[in-house]
Amino acid sequence: MQHTDYSAKVIDHFMNPRNMGELAGANAVGTVGSPACGDMMDIYLKVEGDQIVDASFKTFGCTAAIANSSMMTEMVKGMSLQDAENLKNRDIEAALDGLPPHKIHCSTLAADALHEAIKSYKERQGATQGKVAAS
Amino acid sequence: MATTQTPAPPRRIYMDHAATARPLPEVVAAMLPYLAEEYGSPQSFHRQGSGPAHALKRAREQVGGLIGAPASQITFTSGGIEANNLAVKGAALAYERRGKHIVTTEVEHYSVHHSVKFLEKLGFETTLVKVDGYGRVDPQAVVDALRDDTILVSVQLANQEVGTLQPVAEVARLVKAHNKQIIVHTDATYAVGQIPVDVATLGVDLLSLTAHRFYGPKGAGALYAGKGVRLTPLIHGGVQENGKRAGTENVPAIVGLGVAAERAAAEMEARVEKVRGLRDRLERGLLERIENVQVNGHPSERLPGYLDLSIEGIEGEGTLVRLDLDGIAVASGSACASMALKGSPVLHAIGVDEVLAQGSILITLGIDNTDADIDDALEEIPKVVATLRAMSPIYGKRKHYFR
Repeated sequence: MQHTDYSAKVIDHFMNPRNMGELAGANAVGTVGSPACGDMMDIYLKVEGDQIVDASFKTFGCTAAIANSSMMTEMVKGMSLQDAENLKNRDIEAALDGLPPHKIHCSTLAADALHEAIKSYKERQGATQGKVAAS
Repeated sequence: MATTQTPAPPRRIYMDHAATARPLPEVVAAMLPYLAEEYGSPQSFHRQGSGPAHALKRAREQVGGLIGAPASQITFTSGGIEANNLAVKGAALAYERRGKHIVTTEVEHYSVHHSVKFLEKLGFETTLVKVDGYGRVDPQAVVDALRDDTILVSVQLANQEVGTLQPVAEVARLVKAHNKQIIVHTDATYAVGQIPVDVATLGVDLLSLTAHRFYGPKGAGALYAGKGVRLTPLIHGGVQENGKRAGTENVPAIVGLGVAAERAAAEMEARVEKVRGLRDRLERGLLERIENVQVNGHPSERLPGYLDLSIEGIEGEGTLVRLDLDGIAVASGSACASMALKGSPVLHAIGVDEVLAQGSILITLGIDNTDADIDDALEEIPKVVATLRAMSPIYGKRKHYFR
């Protein structure tokens, strides 16, 4: 393929990534991927109550991996945790006007990183539930 | 949400000469008549055939001249891949009564690797000789791999990915000293036209070359076969190319190959000097401007235009796309830059750390590159690297695995 097979939105999010960098005050982090396979993603979320109020990413990976990370963080800002848990890689892919077939894997990674962050957040919430209720 | 428009790239800088090169204007001009009025078949007995037949004869002399071979020992093919297929399969099948063992290296082009894989299905056996951290094969290791039933040794002249030059003359000398009946082939498709190549100096029986990498057209290549070297044809159905390769000759492309070969022979020294000078300046400049980067391949025994870099903390496909949007065309050995999503077997064979291999960028310069191209690349490449490193969760957080 040529990168001209990428949609204009993919190229835009790759060249001008939104929400890139570590997130001050993040209370949920998800990491997926493997550098040896050529992509790895850190997703940072700031969750208040049941809502994601802010999100950011850092990604080692190709054009599609970076564009998916960027688009995903845009989509989940303001989303309820439940809606974010239900966000599918197909949704991110559609928001980017599609991906070349052999790059679909990269959108799976962004959704996986998001779900990983929510899972770790919930686990921590569960563990500190008593403390939160007491304060 | 505000989106920034990507500005149109100012000009194109082509730094992917390993993939292909722009044909010289005189190559294109020489081809044109054979696409139009000189359309005849070189095999025809009538007048229409005579112009093309003469053109073919001349091209054979020009190609022979580039590699120090008589015209009669040049077989035209559709390109380097076909030349390698004909060399490996053609020699293996022609000499299979003597034995069924082939020795080659682990860094050969797929056209050699896949040809021996095919032959394995027909009962042949292969030994792949390992290379060192620079991608060089030890000639003694090739000799050590020889068996009583070895019929063919195939060692490339220059590596397609890191540009490392192999000691082919030494390999051929030692193999022939061991058993002069063993056929020695070299895939010189990345070397011919880039560095001086002479079949007598190399002492090989078979040598593959392709036109489009030294400013000729696509669709034409050649296989040199020394006197008395037998080849079983792979394409049947005609008398063309002495029966070694049936099919009406691709006269325009072969004419282009001939002109490209003649130009390469005439300009060899100047080309090597120019391209190496540009590459050395780019290499020095990038190493000064970018931290934590490794040059792959041999420091000196390397094709003049080659610069393969592994850049810590970033991935090659993204680097390639950003550079392309800036107007600079390069290649990458990263998994994501390949349709198969597989990392480079060559980088693996030379022991490049697997994460570093994902950040590999292959820059290959040619005679059409200029000092201004190098200036622009020295400005743009460090910028792109810095931008992608700022996005990377692994840059600076991982032990370095540089050689």
